[in-house]
Amino acid sequence: MKSENQRGWFFVLPVLILVAFNALIPLMTVVNYSVQETFGNNQFFWAGMRWFEEILRSERFHAALGRQLFFTATILIIEIPLGVAIALAMPRKGFWVPVCLVLMALPLLIPWNVVGAMWNIFTLPDIGLLGWTLNNVVGIDYNMTQSPVAAWITIIVMDVWHWTSLVVLLAYAGLISIPEAYYQAAKIDGASNWAVFRYIQLPKMKRVLTIAILLRFMDSFNIYTEPFVLTGGGPGNSTTLLSIDLVKVALGQFDLGPAAAMSLIYFGITLGVSWLFYTLMTRDET
Amino acid sequence: MPGPGVGPSLPSGPPTPHSWGPAMTLELKAVKKKVGGEPHIYETSLTFEVGGFNILLGATNAGKSTLIKLMAGLERPSSGEIWAEGRNVTGLNPQKRRIALVHQFFVNYPHMSVFDNIASPLRVQGMPEDEVKTRVHEAADILKLGPMLARRPQELSGGQQQRTALARAIVKDATAIFLDEPLANLDYKLREELRDQLPELLGDRGTVVVYATSEPTEALLLGGHTALLHEGRVTQFGPTTAIYRAPADLTSARVFSDPPINVAEVEKKGDRMHLGALHWQVAAEAAALRDGPYTMGIRPHHITPTEPEGDTVRITGDVQITELSGSESVAHFAVGPTSWVSLAAGIHPYRVGEAHDFFMVPGHCYYFAPDGALAARGRLHHG
Amino acid sequence: MAKIGLDKLRHSYLPTPKAPEDYALKEIDLEWTDGGAYALLGPSGCGKSTLLNIISGLLTPSEGRILFDGADVTDLPPDKRNIAQVFQFPVIYDTMTVYDNLAFPLRNRGVEETRVDARVREIATMLELEDRLTTRAANLTPDNKQKISMGRGLVRDDVNVIMFDEPLTVIDPELKWKLRSKLKELHQRIEVTMIYVTHDQTEALTFADQVVVMQDGVIVQIGTPEELFERPRHTFVGHFIGSPGMNILPCEVQGARAAFRGAPVALEGPIERIGTRTEIGIRPEYVRLAADGIPATVRKAADIGRHTVVEAVAGETVVNAIIAGPPPERGTEVHLALEPRQTRLYADGWIATEAGAP
Repeated sequence: MKSENQRGWFFVLPVLILVAFNALIPLMTVVNYSVQETFGNNQFFWAGMRWFEEILRSERFHAALGRQLFFTATILIIEIPLGVAIALAMPRKGFWVPVCLVLMALPLLIPWNVVGAMWNIFTLPDIGLLGWTLNNVVGIDYNMTQSPVAAWITIIVMDVWHWTSLVVLLAYAGLISIPEAYYQAAKIDGASNWAVFRYIQLPKMKRVLTIAILLRFMDSFNIYTEPFVLTGGGPGNSTTLLSIDLVKVALGQFDLGPAAAMSLIYFGITLGVSWLFYTLMTRDET
Repeated sequence: MPGPGVGPSLPSGPPTPHSWGPAMTLELKAVKKKVGGEPHIYETSLTFEVGGFNILLGATNAGKSTLIKLMAGLERPSSGEIWAEGRNVTGLNPQKRRIALVHQFFVNYPHMSVFDNIASPLRVQGMPEDEVKTRVHEAADILKLGPMLARRPQELSGGQQQRTALARAIVKDATAIFLDEPLANLDYKLREELRDQLPELLGDRGTVVVYATSEPTEALLLGGHTALLHEGRVTQFGPTTAIYRAPADLTSARVFSDPPINVAEVEKKGDRMHLGALHWQVAAEAAALRDGPYTMGIRPHHITPTEPEGDTVRITGDVQITELSGSESVAHFAVGPTSWVSLAAGIHPYRVGEAHDFFMVPGHCYYFAPDGALAARGRLHHG
Repeated sequence: MAKIGLDKLRHSYLPTPKAPEDYALKEIDLEWTDGGAYALLGPSGCGKSTLLNIISGLLTPSEGRILFDGADVTDLPPDKRNIAQVFQFPVIYDTMTVYDNLAFPLRNRGVEETRVDARVREIATMLELEDRLTTRAANLTPDNKQKISMGRGLVRDDVNVIMFDEPLTVIDPELKWKLRSKLKELHQRIEVTMIYVTHDQTEALTFADQVVVMQDGVIVQIGTPEELFERPRHTFVGHFIGSPGMNILPCEVQGARAAFRGAPVALEGPIERIGTRTEIGIRPEYVRLAADGIPATVRKAADIGRHTVVEAVAGETVVNAIIAGPPPERGTEVHLALEPRQTRLYADGWIATEAGAP
């Protein structure tokens, strides 16, 4: 009897192997690199914690981390309320429900590099629809390859366009699970629309919003492809986010040791902040 | 006193197509279930046999569903073993055991017709289609679903949906059928109707039938054997009417009373029992009790507004709430700090706020020792 | 508090109803006095919830008017009608404490905080929730949650009516008793009009002073629990109320006499009329096992503690009897004696005997 049930482990084994190959082994390689120095020719020398100290003291890292944090905070502040607002505005039943859902899902279906390329072309001042319109019709001097402000606005708008849908879909799923009786009770209790949102909809959406915030945090904190394709980190270093900087260090300069140490710090921050978010948001549940 | 671990001493069930060798039983041997360190089921040993219903009676979260999941193999006990048909089936997949489970919610495949729903367990077994057809029609006839076979479940009433689920359970010749509050979501009258039919539908199929309910009256109507559950413990197990009349302890008496049993602290002094200012001659069966404090229990229908024959105790109290259920009258009344409930057949004109006389016969009282165990019960609890 | 009137109310969920069966409610006329306890009783789909939602204003009727104290409120939204409703599943504001939950309807109406505090404490004491006021409502048991739903209705002193939509569905039997008694007690204390919707006859009869029995969108009978039990106007009411329900025995009428399976049956009073289908109605409570009477065979008997329910078969007709004492064996030949004063005749479903002398 007992042996029969041990078979369950066999089913888990492939996943374990997979995780080992795509997460544990690469991670360990990175750990290995982070404590060594190399001058090419596969020659390695013990470096101890030196790279970590260097990175944590480096102004370049601080600046990139600052930009990364600013980017993530901005898109969270925009996407979460906007997503919730759109979800609230969506119909709950009837003909338009599937239409809205498909429309919402569309941006999510586009590959990341395509999104970057799309927006790159879209915003070109001479031939891009948006760039041309802003310059020639609205009369704003807009060129994101020259103005850091324009570049920032563009990557943020792009991310909002691409990812708000995810928040919308999650929030919508939370909303439609609220039984009708809650709305009826609130009506009878004389609750205002704000009170309905604050005391019924928001609490009932809390779980899915926790997931939405976590996903959006992790994704945006690790974002690489779209801003890289769009701005390449420029103009100057103005949109060089942590991930872009990391690639520059690792592949551009081939400083494997510092890049590995940076990756680990990066990973640590992502993990730490995610954990903090999750703990805070699920704190008062019993 | 039948406690946990003592099965009913019944002769083994009638021979059935499936019972070669050992009699068909379902046995829990010292089963425990902990979830996250918290005990959900304390050590339980029970033996359920073929013939008649085996009822699990208890409030929500008493552990009825957990026990069913353990027996059906949907959950694994933390320790202990489950035996069916004379072999250890602990940890064996439900798919590998011939069991059926009917839920409180009407679980049917929404995209299939009633026919296909009933046929699904047979098709999974790979039964030839013409045999499937005969079997499904047989089950549908028993459950009066004949005219509905072509419909989809959502076109049926709640009662018909639950009958479809039942048909799916009986069609596959299960060795054990588990019913987890199958009537809870039905209208009162539909519940009554289906409950009336259940013993005939499931009683003679050579299957172990385990039925969970939170309603004492349902247990009494279905008969068979009953296990009383309270906070993860089986407090008593035995023939349904017998344990109704002889609860092992105060908890069992509370679990198996609807309306709730009246409870009061009493003291025995010599040959009299004292309750506040009231006192009465203890009946013969309680005479041997040592003097001291006891908890008295008496069911509401044994407190009546009309004086019965024989020795009676008159209780005068202020009527607080009255309820009329057509054929029965309920009165809640207070005597000092104790509140009492009386339930009497017929219509009695109580006036709220006024004092009324009520009567009880000492022979209907239960006395429980301070540790809760039954110390003595009135001689009038026959059976 | 108010008198509630329903005037020629009809409702259909279809945009253009034509046939009578398109209507969930078919012409409802009712007058309910102030401070009463009423129940709407009927099986699923009989229209009772539709009617409830029309009274509360969550639904606008296709035709007819709703009057509170004579004033037409048909077009008023729920929050303007000063009503309260308790739903099948407890509706509580999860993030708020018990106190804030109870205070919510008052604060929404701008009641000053000292008054809110006094009311909340008063109601909490009545509901025996006074020591839970600072607990988060989400952490309570279902029965306490349901008490909060009730409390939110009771806390307002301007409520016209409190409505209950099968409020005890998710409550365990023992607590059901307690909560039902609590409700009854509250009604006796604050005397606000209460309407209780349920399919459970025990709940309806124990709660209400007057019960409205509905079937297929029509009111079949309005009466006190006693009237509905003793003298149902229609066999549906007889069957629906009582557990088991009234025995309905097909019979022949010859002149002024009724006969069941050829044997004459004494009735409560003279026969007023006959129809195409005549039936005898008698409650199981008034059927005895006697030395002589209708011969029948016991098919089933259940000792349910306070009495025994016997199911006997006479020919092809099932007759239930509620008796005292131990259950007879299956297959026992018995004779059923019907109490003449409780034996009624029904013609085409409707009562057809004159009431006997009391």
